[in-house]
Formats: sequence, C-alpha cells, structure tokens
Amino acid sequence: MAELHLPGTLTPLFAGLPRRLDVEAATVDDAIATLEQRWPGLRDRLCEPGPQLRTHIHVYVDRERATLATPLEPRSRVDVIAAISGG
Amino acid sequence: MSKTLLLIGTRKGAFVLESDADRRDWKLRGPYCEGWPVYHAVHDAGTGAIYAAAASEWHGSAVWRSNDLGETWALSSEGLSYDADGGRNLSKVSTLAARNGRVLVGVEAPGIFESKDGGETWSLLSTLTGQPGSEAWDDPANQPPGHLGISALMFDDDDDSRFWAIVQGVGVFETTDDGTSWTPRNRGLRADWPRPHEEVGFCVHKLVRADDTRMYQQNHVGMHRSDDLGHSWTEITEGLPTEFGFAAAAHPHDRDTFYVVPLDPGHGRTMPDGKAAVWRTQDAGSTWQALVRGLPQDNAYLGVLREAMAIDSYDSPGLYVGTSTGQLFASADEGDSWSEIASYLPAISSVEVAMID
Repeated sequence: MAELHLPGTLTPLFAGLPRRLDVEAATVDDAIATLEQRWPGLRDRLCEPGPQLRTHIHVYVDRERATLATPLEPRSRVDVIAAISGG
Repeated sequence: MSKTLLLIGTRKGAFVLESDADRRDWKLRGPYCEGWPVYHAVHDAGTGAIYAAAASEWHGSAVWRSNDLGETWALSSEGLSYDADGGRNLSKVSTLAARNGRVLVGVEAPGIFESKDGGETWSLLSTLTGQPGSEAWDDPANQPPGHLGISALMFDDDDDSRFWAIVQGVGVFETTDDGTSWTPRNRGLRADWPRPHEEVGFCVHKLVRADDTRMYQQNHVGMHRSDDLGHSWTEITEGLPTEFGFAAAAHPHDRDTFYVVPLDPGHGRTMPDGKAAVWRTQDAGSTWQALVRGLPQDNAYLGVLREAMAIDSYDSPGLYVGTSTGQLFASADEGDSWSEIASYLPAISSVEVAMID
C-alpha cells in the first residue's frame, strides 16, 4: 500500500476525503483512478486533458518529482502538493 | 417577506449580501466556494438555484451550484473540457447564463457548454465554428495563455433557442437556433484598429437589453445603442468623461435610461480624477448625468469590471456597483444617491441581483 498525502485545498471539495490515506496502486495514475472511484470528480481537480497533472499540482514519490506514469512501490510515500499560485 | 440577494463573485470566493425589498440594511454571508476565484455568479429565477463560475489556479475550472440560496455548495466539471486531441484548452470558465433549469457557461478558449441537469454535468454546445475571426481563436498559439474567450452570454426573454454571445476582442454574435448557427451583430460599431474581417474585430465589453427592440453596449471605444436588437448600432458616447469602461446596466422599466461607469482607458482603468461616479442617460444617450451623491470624491481610484454592476427590477430600481478593490456601493433610488454596503471584500468580479418572493 502506498501512503498518500493530499493537499488541504482538495479535501473540502469531497465529503469524507482525508488528508492521508493508503492506496493499492501501481502508478500515480492508478492511485488517482482509485480515488476517483470513491470520490467522483477528484481526478479533474488534479489532472487536465492529455492526460497530465495540472500545472500547479506537483506530485512527489519518495521525495522525487513524479508524473502520472511514475511507478509506486508497496511502501511508497506519495505527496500531492498545491504548488505556487494562490496569492 | 421578499428578499433581495446580491450574488458577489470575488477573487477569493463568492459572497451573498441579503436584504429585504427596502434594500436599506444588508447582511453579508460568505466566503463560499472554498475561496476559489469566482468570475461570475448568477441566479436562476425559474429554479431558485445559484451558479458560480470559478477557476482555481491549482484545481482547474468548475461551476459551483447551490440550491439553498448559498448556504451549501457543490461543484462539478464533468464534461467541462475540450477533447485532448483537438488542440483546444479550457483554461477558464468566464461567464454564466441560467434560465428555467438550463445553464450556459462561456469559457476560454472560446466555447459555450450547457447543463440541463442543474450543473451536475456539462456538454459542449458550440465553439462558433466557421464564424469570421474564428481562425484566431482556433489558433493553438492563442490558448492559453491569453484571454480570448466567451466573456458574456445573454438569453432572450421568450425564445429559449435564441441568445447572444460576446467573443472578447471579436464582437457580438446571435444565434436563433440554439447555437447551431450564428450571425455577427456588430454593424455600426467603431474600432480604432485594423480588422481583417468587415463583420468582426470589435471589442465589446458589456451587452445589456432594455426591452423588445433596444440594447445598449459598453465597448472598448464608446457607448452604443441599438434600436433593432443588435442588428445595427449607433454611438452615444458624447457627454461622457471617457469612452472606455466595462460595466453597464439598463433600467428595467424605462428603455431610455441606461447606466455606465466610465474609466480611464490606459493601464489604470479607474474612475477619472479619483472621483467616483456612475453616469446615467435618461434620453437614450443624448445627454448624460454624473451620479455622485454618496460616492467618494477624493482619491477614489476605483475600477469596476464588466459584470460588476447590476440593477434590480423593483418599481424604484436599485443599482449595485462592486469595485476591484472590494467596495460595494448601492443605490435604492435609481442612482440618485449611494451608500457603501460592503467595504473590505476581495476584488469584486461580478455582482448580480436575485429577488426572492
């Protein structure tokens, strides 16, 4: 199970979505797809057509900058960051 | 007792100001929509729903909706995107129109999406394909960055298949068949720049309707009036302090009365000489009167954006003007006198009125 950490700007948009949760997934894309099943519409908040991560959504897997295709290990830590902007 | 609600879109969420029909005492609620930048919030009088077009720099564009006058909100962008392989990006939802359960949203790059289920799902209605000037907005180089989009939508009062759209920097278009075909409606407008097409290339900021035949518009260069529902336009700028501005409002009971907020046309785009004023014509643009009583007259460098002035339809209509520095001014006597009913809001993008029985 990968350990997923979500930004505080995301959780108010979806009832019951926690800041931290464990996900069984092979890639970042799979992890987001798993969340989308339980919280429909969540994928649109992180990804744009391409598909690719939104410009100001940064994902790190085990502290390394990641893309949707980045593989996850069973004990990976995944940080999803709302980066820059917001001033 | 009837309620008067002002729906306020700001750079940091939506707010609601609430009063009764007297419109003297106001109570502020908000911020809503999780503080997302809200570009336009509207009320569907037919269903009672409120919709807010918002675009988060982090989480993209969506339309928020509330079925309890703003107490609770949900958002959706399901279907609100262009095909990934079509070369178009949807960078922002800009403007809304809602009528009897149908909601239209205008977006950048130029396109109109519709929802028939109260904003839960969306589908593309039109990109005005083939219209003169569309080669510019279809050019991938223009999207994004850039601000070429649908900046305003206006339903016809009676015919659900008829509405008008403004494409920024291009002009007004009318459809009478629900977006299947379009006709430019810019004849007689002024443009002080070269235009590759005769029918388009006009910078229309705001379009308002006065009655069955009359429209007014605030243009980048001048105020204009149409007496044939947009088929032709006559400039009525003379007598105003500047030809530039964004906001406009038409009196709901007197077709000859129309309000604008002239601004300096340069980078500042604030009220001239630091003196706040709304200008009114009561003779269809032949003469203009500055309305200043109650508005600040010293060091008031206020800007007002295209959707940031609204008028209600009480017997003595109230006017509402929101500034890009967060003040909201209201008049309950058709603009003769004003009071500041909110002072410290985030930058205001839009103001709309909802009259609730």
